Amino acid sequence: MSKKAKQENTKIAPQVKIKGRNVDVFYGDKQALFDINLDIERNQVTSLIGPSGCGKSTFLRCLNRMNDTIDICKITGSITLDGQDIYDKEIDVVELRARVGMVFQKPNPFPKSIYENVAYGPRIHGMTSSKEELDKIVLKSLKRAGLFEEVKDRLDESGTSLSGGQQQRLCIARAIATRPEVLLMDEPCSALDPIATAIIEELIDELREKFTIVIVTHSMQQAARVSQKTAFFHLGKLIEEGATDDIFTNPRNQKTQDYITGRIG
Amino acid sequence: MPDSGHIVSSYEMELTELASSISQMGGMVECAIAQSIDALLSHDKKKAKKIAKDDRLVGDMQRKIDENAVSMIARRQPMASDLRLIISSIHVANDLERIGDMAKNISRRIKHIKGGEDLSPSFYNGVRHMTDLTLLQIKTALDAFAARDTKAAIAVCERDDEVDALYVSIFRELLTYMMEDPRNISQCTNLLFCAKNLERAGDHATNIAEAAYYLETGMNLQVMLDEKRDEEK
Repeated sequence: MSKKAKQENTKIAPQVKIKGRNVDVFYGDKQALFDINLDIERNQVTSLIGPSGCGKSTFLRCLNRMNDTIDICKITGSITLDGQDIYDKEIDVVELRARVGMVFQKPNPFPKSIYENVAYGPRIHGMTSSKEELDKIVLKSLKRAGLFEEVKDRLDESGTSLSGGQQQRLCIARAIATRPEVLLMDEPCSALDPIATAIIEELIDELREKFTIVIVTHSMQQAARVSQKTAFFHLGKLIEEGATDDIFTNPRNQKTQDYITGRIG
Repeated sequence: MPDSGHIVSSYEMELTELASSISQMGGMVECAIAQSIDALLSHDKKKAKKIAKDDRLVGDMQRKIDENAVSMIARRQPMASDLRLIISSIHVANDLERIGDMAKNISRRIKHIKGGEDLSPSFYNGVRHMTDLTLLQIKTALDAFAARDTKAAIAVCERDDEVDALYVSIFRELLTYMMEDPRNISQCTNLLFCAKNLERAGDHATNIAEAAYYLETGMNLQVMLDEKRDEEK
């Protein structure tokens, strides 16, 4: 396919799920993000890469208003989810976070049973009216997170008794149980061994069919393996974004080139 | 070309070493082609034997480049321009090894060719001219690769037609001799193979130029030239 045709194709195919425009973020006097314009496309995995402190996690947390919990944090610009401004006063933040789920760096299951960990979200959001229905959601979420076979005989055991990789998949099951539309992942594999990482990466690829995924990762190989789109942040600015294939084989910007080849840290 | 070196200096050294191995191997095959034609035109069987024997060194060099490249991919997980350098080095080493084979093939034919002044001087001039052009193509392509010079790479691709045209002219000349006297057939067929080997060496030079273009731009030179031609139409 010629380059022109390829560009045409990528123009038509994806639909924008989240649109960030002129996003500035301040922590007190310090500006953490500068004029970020980034589209997150539906049913694709977008990875945010960049050196520590470049603002990629800050941007990720803007997408489900996790930064609201930080008093000194101020956000300007607009972020829309399916065209709706998520910073609108009318928006119910709890509902927003049910639509935009999050998985953190360190697996953080509740000190409750495996079953309860997954059932918690659907229950507090009033998504079910009967025990059978809740069972179904828990089962489906565990299956989708690729954990069910390993825990089916011990659903009442504590979530914290699982291995690190299993705990992270439990957190993913918990995040998808509320049927979010977007899944934010902040370095989900950084505390896991290579096998557990491979299982999570395989899972991310499967989950993309149902969800839009944004992942922050320090591993460029991981970004290259799991995502279709990659955005490179440096010192609070979005330096370059584009198809993952292009970013890792032929980046346009010298800073991106220097970072991914290991010339700047 | 990246401005600064890698944070990991041993990685930087490995990349530099890879690039210099390509230059070194390039020098070896340029020399082999030039000497094989010298041996052909002066009918120097001893020299021809040595060229065929030395081809092993070119093969060893290719293996070394391949091994280093594979090891770097496994250990360093190269990205962007580093990845392109490693991948194109594998390709270029392969093309250089094939050019080395062409020199070897020419050398091996020398023992089947009668020396002296059996054929017209115009044939020898034609071969000499084709050799000079092919060597220029190889040298320019290797320089383009080392300097990541896209203009030089494009020039090599565009000049390949000239090598092809010289080959066609030699082919026609040899064909005439064969038609004139069937006793020339064996001699001319061997000479034709030699010319064909030179023409193939020229094709490998364009492959190296394409690798140089890809190394610098990440894009395919032939596709770019085709698109340019389509636009001109």
